[in-house]
Amino acid sequence: MTLLQNFRLFLDGMNWPDWAAYLVAGLVGIIVVLAFVLVLVIVFIWFERRLLGRFQIRLGPNRLGPEGIFQPLATAAKILMKEDIVPAKADKIIHWLAPVIVFVPVLLIFAVVPISQGAILSDLNVGIVYVVAVSAVSAIGIYSAGWASNNKYALIAAFRTVAQMVSYEFPLVLAIIGVVLMAGSLSMTEIVESQTIPYIILQPLGFVIFFLCTIAEMNRSPFDLLEADSEIVAGYHIEYSGMKFAMFYLGEYGHALAYACIVTTLFLSGWKGPFLPPILWFIIKVFLVFGTIVWMRATLPRLRVDQLMGFAWKGLLPMAIINLFIVAAEVLWLPEINLWILVVVNIAAAGILVLLWSRLFTLGGGRVEV
Amino acid sequence: MKFERYGIGIAKGMALTFKHLFRPPITVQYPEQKLSVSRRIRGNELVWYLDRCTGCATCARACPQGNIEIVTHVGSENNYVVDKFEVDCGRCMFCGLCVEACPYNALAMGRGYERSQYRRSDVILSKEQLQLSDVRQPSGYARPLIEAGLPKQNLLVNWNLKEGGQKLNWLGLSKKRGRGV
Repeated sequence: MTLLQNFRLFLDGMNWPDWAAYLVAGLVGIIVVLAFVLVLVIVFIWFERRLLGRFQIRLGPNRLGPEGIFQPLATAAKILMKEDIVPAKADKIIHWLAPVIVFVPVLLIFAVVPISQGAILSDLNVGIVYVVAVSAVSAIGIYSAGWASNNKYALIAAFRTVAQMVSYEFPLVLAIIGVVLMAGSLSMTEIVESQTIPYIILQPLGFVIFFLCTIAEMNRSPFDLLEADSEIVAGYHIEYSGMKFAMFYLGEYGHALAYACIVTTLFLSGWKGPFLPPILWFIIKVFLVFGTIVWMRATLPRLRVDQLMGFAWKGLLPMAIINLFIVAAEVLWLPEINLWILVVVNIAAAGILVLLWSRLFTLGGGRVEV
Repeated sequence: MKFERYGIGIAKGMALTFKHLFRPPITVQYPEQKLSVSRRIRGNELVWYLDRCTGCATCARACPQGNIEIVTHVGSENNYVVDKFEVDCGRCMFCGLCVEACPYNALAMGRGYERSQYRRSDVILSKEQLQLSDVRQPSGYARPLIEAGLPKQNLLVNWNLKEGGQKLNWLGLSKKRGRGV
């Protein structure tokens, strides 16, 4: 029973008509989730800029408001006042539609993110499948943005997007299946409730694969090939300005937030934790995940296109399949075993697999001594 | 077994950036904190010494822009008395040729660099404005005697705000490089 359903029952108890209770409860839930998302996205933008600054021994924006917390609002105000330019030879309708297609699926993901016990918009019994399905739609938005801009760089970025998103979807889903097998459910709430030990400890390899794939899916460094500044200027949003660009920008950070939430839910045992209230635990974990993403962005250089594809198909996909087999065998044959034994086995397996596969990615396939 | 092959390079890089989190940021917050400038800086203005100037107008002739305007008359002791000494800092490119040319050390470059004005007429400096004052200090450019009296420049990284931004904290790493320039 989610909080929203309780609210609806409460409205029914106040002798509201059925349709009104349904409508009001739904609207209130949507507004609360939207507010949560937008506020957190704005905090994320500030958090990334400050943290990236510290990683580069700078301060980051610190002028507007305490510690520069209002800087994203100033950026938003600036972007709102900019002129909306559409290239003369662009496909006007698709050019207009693309930012929406990118932004809306990101918001849709949050319908199944359990922020706390029962604090979920809709506890779908196929929650994680819904997340994968909806988040894949963003690729279409990015592709149509690149296509409609009538710009060669945007088109290159669009091609890269499709290649990258499709490639990394496979290991992503396979890593999710490992979690689903152990949890025995597709529902996000039940996945969290099944984690007596967080799955990051129980399935370290699955976590690494899933985490790298999410970074590739949300197109962040070191997988930010489709907006590689040094190669194709700004990628798919090169011909966008004003509010349309802001939609892409918000979509990007919304994606980061969504995937940070999903990593938290699947692998870091969601809202669970001692002492602090559940929602605080959830937010702390989300920020930890996002901090790690920023940390990687501050450190790692961008991959080449062939390295990117090779990493997905030769590295992550076989490892994800092997990981899936290991987890399936454990679930099938050792259902009653003490979980800590599985932890040791899985960490050892992860170490061996990473060592084996890292040989594939040495310079010259490992043949050349450097 | 070479560990360079097993992702250890990535781990090293990540550790390095993580260490950066605990270093003090090197950002200088400009209006509140200011870096010390070189002793020989060719700052934004000139310093003119009334008592040393003989009105010979060597500086005016040395100026490639023709920015310096001098008007003199002959005084009682058969000397020049300077009536007007005006420098148009708006057109000055701070090459320092006038300072090098002056035979009596009556001109020096200034140490200031925050001299922007709202009006063009405000950057034309008169005889009174050009003289030595608290805000207008001479730099050691082409003036070794002045240079010897000035504090050495340091590549400071952190200012100690508690002491009014006067005492400088040094970043541990740059101690060697931070000696006078």
